[in-house]
Amino acid sequence: MTNWQIFSKGLIRENPTFVLILGMCPVLATTTAAMSGMSMGLATTFVLVLSNMVISAIARFIPDKVRIPSYIVVIASFVTVVDLLMAAYVNTPGADGGPSLYDQLGIFVPLIVVNCIVLGRAEAFASKNGVWPSFLDGLGIGLGFTLALTLLGAIREFFGAGTFFGLPVLPASMNVLVFIMAPGAFIVLGYVIALVNRLRKS
Amino acid sequence: MVFTLGAVCLVSSALLGAVYRVTAGPKAAAELVKKTFAIGKVLPAFDNTPYEDMFKIPSADGGDSLVCYIGRVEGREVGTAVQTWTMKGFNGLVRLMVGFDAEGKIYNISVLEQKETAGLGARMTEAAFLDQFRSLDPGAQPLRVRQDGGTVDALSAATISSRAFCDAVQRAYDSYLNHKKGPASDAVSGATEVQ
Repeated sequence: MTNWQIFSKGLIRENPTFVLILGMCPVLATTTAAMSGMSMGLATTFVLVLSNMVISAIARFIPDKVRIPSYIVVIASFVTVVDLLMAAYVNTPGADGGPSLYDQLGIFVPLIVVNCIVLGRAEAFASKNGVWPSFLDGLGIGLGFTLALTLLGAIREFFGAGTFFGLPVLPASMNVLVFIMAPGAFIVLGYVIALVNRLRKS
Repeated sequence: MVFTLGAVCLVSSALLGAVYRVTAGPKAAAELVKKTFAIGKVLPAFDNTPYEDMFKIPSADGGDSLVCYIGRVEGREVGTAVQTWTMKGFNGLVRLMVGFDAEGKIYNISVLEQKETAGLGARMTEAAFLDQFRSLDPGAQPLRVRQDGGTVDALSAATISSRAFCDAVQRAYDSYLNHKKGPASDAVSGATEVQ
């Protein structure tokens, strides 16, 4: 595989959300708005890139028996780093007194540690490849995840709240509330997966 | 084997320690900004730091005590922000910051924490709902939604959330009133002490 293929496979062909159907918990929970979906995706990308690079660098020194615990420690450390950074730098309330980005994502930032995409890439790719390909793999899969979350968030926000990244586009009377609630997450995800599969096969 | 795992843990904890030290300052500052922001929204303009000018009062009907922050202009009290709560929300806990002006009327309200249904009860954070409480006096007219014979316009399709909201505000008022009338505090407000 060329470097470009390693990077680009995560965007569509092996998109973690639409094709591999991994890490569904944050996908369903944090996509009530495009902005929070995108932030969640970027936070996961940050963890994925760094953990992939570190794990590819240390994999050959780690005995097989403590492989998974070591990977989890590495991943959990980077997740905590993201959590601390977000609590410090994206924690100011919105102009209208709305919750800060950190408060919006809430428990789902610490929960990146149990996102199976991250450990999945560590096991399936980073532990068998060099630092540079692992970087590209993490970046590609992470951006594919971000793309998926942003798309779902934008669709749900558009129909549910009539806004696009917070900018009003539809009058409030046209809002369909179910899109913002949990059932809306499943419905939109189902239709988008169907659409992506259709496009992949044609 | 043990050595490798130990080494991984050691390096990770060193990294966490370093990041924690770097972010501790900005994190505390962000928390403070959030708190001052909520207080600033519900009180008339003030020139002190209400965050430091705080005291606790017992809740009127038992339960957790409420934290109050006093806003002052040149030492004169212009209002008090009461951090209040209710457990009657559609999904349990709702926390509000209610600001009372010097006459004990509601100046403004800000929602600190809620888990109500998105698009229904969660609209309690919007100005369209909050603004009807401004300059109301919960002592003269207890806060109730119209469905219960009161004057508050409930959020459409979210009467439970609106009732909970009124419950929290009323709790803030009753506790604050008890505190002002109480034997422990001087009824004239803090102005005399300071000047």
